[in-house]
Amino acid sequence: MVRNEWICGEYLRSRGSILGDAVVQHVWITVVSVALGLLIAFPLALLARRYRQLEWIVVGATTALYTIPSLALFALLLPVTGLTATTVVVGLVLYSLTILVRNLLEGLRGVPDDVRESALGMGYGGPRLLFRVELPLALPSIMAGLRVATVSTVALTTVGAIIGFGGLGNLLFQAVNTQFRPQVLVAGVLCVVLAVTFDLLLLALQRILTPWAKTRAAA
Amino acid sequence: MIGEVVAWFQDPVNWRGEDGVWNRLIEHSLLTLTATLVAVLIGLPIAVWLGHIGRGGVLAVNISNVGRAVPTFAVLLLLSIALPFGTDDLGPYGRAGLATLIALVLFALPPIITNAYVGVREVDKDTVEAARGMGMQDGQLLRRVELPLGLPLILAGVRLAVVQVWATATIAALVAGPGLGRIITLGFRRQDVTEVVAGALIVGVIALLLEGAMVGLQRLFGPVARARRSQAPSAPPPRVE
Repeated sequence: MVRNEWICGEYLRSRGSILGDAVVQHVWITVVSVALGLLIAFPLALLARRYRQLEWIVVGATTALYTIPSLALFALLLPVTGLTATTVVVGLVLYSLTILVRNLLEGLRGVPDDVRESALGMGYGGPRLLFRVELPLALPSIMAGLRVATVSTVALTTVGAIIGFGGLGNLLFQAVNTQFRPQVLVAGVLCVVLAVTFDLLLLALQRILTPWAKTRAAA
Repeated sequence: MIGEVVAWFQDPVNWRGEDGVWNRLIEHSLLTLTATLVAVLIGLPIAVWLGHIGRGGVLAVNISNVGRAVPTFAVLLLLSIALPFGTDDLGPYGRAGLATLIALVLFALPPIITNAYVGVREVDKDTVEAARGMGMQDGQLLRRVELPLGLPLILAGVRLAVVQVWATATIAALVAGPGLGRIITLGFRRQDVTEVVAGALIVGVIALLLEGAMVGLQRLFGPVARARRSQAPSAPPPRVE
């Protein structure tokens, strides 16, 4: 390991399992954060839609959270949740809320009034109206938000390295001291590959969930 | 905890010297100001021109998506290792000032370019036709019609860039760069939670003030109603690190 070239096959061979572990941690932190974010954003968006006064509080608060740099947010959570993966996940959930709440609201607002009225006239109401009519129609906007939130979360997870839970970010953090070039390049590239993979998977999911969107675009 | 943080802020030792709040604050502010200025000077003319001639839309819009997927941490680290220069002290910008500045400019460009392009491009086509019909030349059209009407969105892009740069400058500390993030990373190294929280408070509170100030500026220079309407469908906010 005397040479410090950017590309090093030996590094990939000998450190394969470490890289694998880092990817696994990166993926679960991202998936758990975005899933929790969606779970929390959903009722928040419904509340904001139901009560107008709450809207600016919900949207304002999530937007304010978004402007706080991640390093500072993780640091502020430190006294509460300590040096655990929870600190990173809570921080990432808070960030994902900004995009998810916005897009959920936008999607639900985009449902045409006459569609809603027809559904009401057909006897739909309450949760059935929401889940069978409004949510499917809001899906394109929701999925768009989910994609942006997921891609952002993949990139943000790296900063979790300061707590020791940053997935591929941990490898980057090590390399600050070692200046080991192949590690920086491989970890950085893998982050981008992960983000693109998630984005494509969600895009495919969106296609499957909204088959009508494609035919409409073609028509 | 709260008492300890207050005590930290009251201790003059924490404000003085290279690692002190004042020095880091100056570094951080200078970095943010310089990087935003450079990014505006580079990005705005290109984006406005592309919007005016209506070319390069795919690039201008997608550059923000690409920017979102690339981790700031990785770029900062790559630059700090790869650049043969810029790792020395750069006057008031601190250690590795130049490498940090380059990274900050790179992350400030996407929101500026995307918003300015969309702002100019989405000016009502009838208005543009009418202006041409009145005999306006390219330059006149740009200065007197497209720029004023696109201003709310252009300013929104600059606002997003400022917030993004402030956040990115914080991450610079992870690769031993300059800025307020150093108070946080130093706290982590000393296992001093009080210092970590104090540093985070400074960074976070100023980020919120900065956002508030930029929103105020935006209201001063452009009609709010229009800004809000055209802002909604354009793009979700960029990722802030």
